[in-house]
Amino acid sequence: MAEAKVLGLSGNEAVAYAVKQADVDVIAAYPITPQTIIVERLSEYVNNGELQAAFIPVESEHSALSTCVGAALTGARVFTATASQGLALMHEILHIASSLRTPIVMAVVNRALSAPINIHCDHSDIMNARDAGWVILFAENAQEAYDLTIQAFKVAESHDVLLPVTVNLDGFIISHSLEVVKVLSDEDVKRFLPRRDPVYPIDFERPTTYGPLALQDYFFEVKRQQADAIGRAKEVVRKVGEEYGKVSGRPYPLVKEYGMEDAEVAVVALGSSVGTLRAVARRLRKEGKKVGVLGLTLFRPLPRDELMKYLEGVKVLIVMDRAVSYGSTGGPLYLEVAGLLFRSDLRPLTLNVVYGLGGRDLRPSDVEAIFNEGFKCLERGRVEKELLWVGVRE
Amino acid sequence: MAFVKTIKDIPKEEYLAPGHRLCAGCGAAIAIRLALKALRGPTVIVNATGCIEVATTIYPYTSWRVPWIHVAFENAAAVASGVTEAFRIMEKKYGVKRPDVIAIGGDGGTFDIGLQALSGALERGHKMLYICYDNEAYMNTGIQRSGATPRGAATTTSPAGRVIPGKLERKKDLVEIAAAHGIPYAATASIAYPIDYINKVRKALEVDGPTFIHVLTPCVPGWRIDPSQTINIARLAVDTLVFPVYEVDNGKYRINVMVKRPKPLEEYIKPQGRFKHLLLPENKWLLDKLKEDVRAKWERLLKLVNL
Repeated sequence: MAEAKVLGLSGNEAVAYAVKQADVDVIAAYPITPQTIIVERLSEYVNNGELQAAFIPVESEHSALSTCVGAALTGARVFTATASQGLALMHEILHIASSLRTPIVMAVVNRALSAPINIHCDHSDIMNARDAGWVILFAENAQEAYDLTIQAFKVAESHDVLLPVTVNLDGFIISHSLEVVKVLSDEDVKRFLPRRDPVYPIDFERPTTYGPLALQDYFFEVKRQQADAIGRAKEVVRKVGEEYGKVSGRPYPLVKEYGMEDAEVAVVALGSSVGTLRAVARRLRKEGKKVGVLGLTLFRPLPRDELMKYLEGVKVLIVMDRAVSYGSTGGPLYLEVAGLLFRSDLRPLTLNVVYGLGGRDLRPSDVEAIFNEGFKCLERGRVEKELLWVGVRE
Repeated sequence: MAFVKTIKDIPKEEYLAPGHRLCAGCGAAIAIRLALKALRGPTVIVNATGCIEVATTIYPYTSWRVPWIHVAFENAAAVASGVTEAFRIMEKKYGVKRPDVIAIGGDGGTFDIGLQALSGALERGHKMLYICYDNEAYMNTGIQRSGATPRGAATTTSPAGRVIPGKLERKKDLVEIAAAHGIPYAATASIAYPIDYINKVRKALEVDGPTFIHVLTPCVPGWRIDPSQTINIARLAVDTLVFPVYEVDNGKYRINVMVKRPKPLEEYIKPQGRFKHLLLPENKWLLDKLKEDVRAKWERLLKLVNL
């Protein structure tokens, strides 16, 4: 391990720095707030000769991802970044990218979907795309955004996976906050992430037809293989997170835990809120309150066993959603967790919190109120209101 | 091969294998088969969704003897951009051999839903050829009107009704749009003039930049023609000035098939069921408008050639 450097980077800059060190071959992207700085930095790296890559400034996000799919099929290492409306515009190609098994890495700088138009953070963009067959990782801060971006290439290009991967970072909260980021040396990244070894790159001796028409007789098998592949991704993400720990001193478990050894009231969350939740939990635990925090680094595929093992002994489980599943019976993460609980022997009281839409802050006082509500449920032995909208004017 | 002079010079190699499910007499199949005669080495084909795509690659079979990619309907130009630039950088970084890249789209995938991706690719200047095979409607979904459908034609979404007798709007002039990007080479071509067409494909591949070829491909079910008449009708399109065969070579206009004595438009209209209603006296006004479109385009072209 070479001496690690410490840099002051915003989340966006941290991602761009990681992509440069990953020595990508092709970047195709379209600007959208709050992602734009990632591709600005990358184009600077390319134009200054610090990164040897094709930077393709396409005319839309739909074309950005289409360009990436074409580039990835050649055997190149490929990156793009987007947010919100951009991810929505890509939606058609999200499914094709995963089904054609193109190991593209994409940073999604989470931002609310219109309308009303809003440039700030929530998870409605990625939740809208959660069933598109991509591996979905969530970063808690700029350091994680950097670390996970490097890991994402290794996961995507693994022959056991061959699927696109998104690294999600909360818009503005992570993307625009300047943080101290420990970066690996270029040599360490190169060793951890050698040049891509493609499985079926374009070959002129044995020409392949990519993306044919498959009807009732073959389509189903293709989809079954795709489902198996994303299932296998979990073990690969785990191994890569462990291996990355050896290189960097920062191992990445699939689920981050705090205080779960004896927590009675626990929260599960994604993204930057995990840090806020942990900070408040630390204070509450000093006051003797048995609270715990779980943060999912991996959302797709859902790390079922890794999450469930922490829930034994939890009496009240609060699931935090920064997105709404309109007309459903809970937020996207809540539905996942409730489904896992139903298929287990565990029966904690469950609460679903919807918070932070359109960049509304999750304040420490909000978190305290959420934990307090959990303890009230514990005292009463029942939940009065399953769905709590926190931080909204009613 | 270099350029072909006679039909005998056309290479025998077939890169589009027989057995595909395109219709008997399909003009698009002829256009693609002929285009592949102009290949000069390793080539990647990027195909938009459409007739050619669905009928040549029904898994587990494929007609393609060259690497071939299909991603979606509206993005062939964007996918081809990615293939082109990936090979360009990999040649530089790893010494990988750089192939030619040809994107293929129908009129729906090019004139309409794919126009943005095409414009973006042309503006960015990738070294790739885009071939639009134009059968003048969405034939793959069952003959719906497109921006390429000529005025007066009946389609399933512009039927020849009692009040509205077919498509009332003019055909979009795509070569002019492509040429307006200032690309080094844009051309129209006809499957009735295969030597001109093959040489245009070859010429386009030799250019270091984005190139565009628009080839008219009669469609048996869509145009309601006899399958034995595909080439004749393609030739009539040229001879009646409906589809002038010309090129814009670095801004210089050149008519490649000069028509000294144009045939009357009716000769082109009559064998096609999609135009049958235009011959009724009550629809003469629409036929006259179509004639005016044809005349205006040709006169404008002559002016541009003489600039």
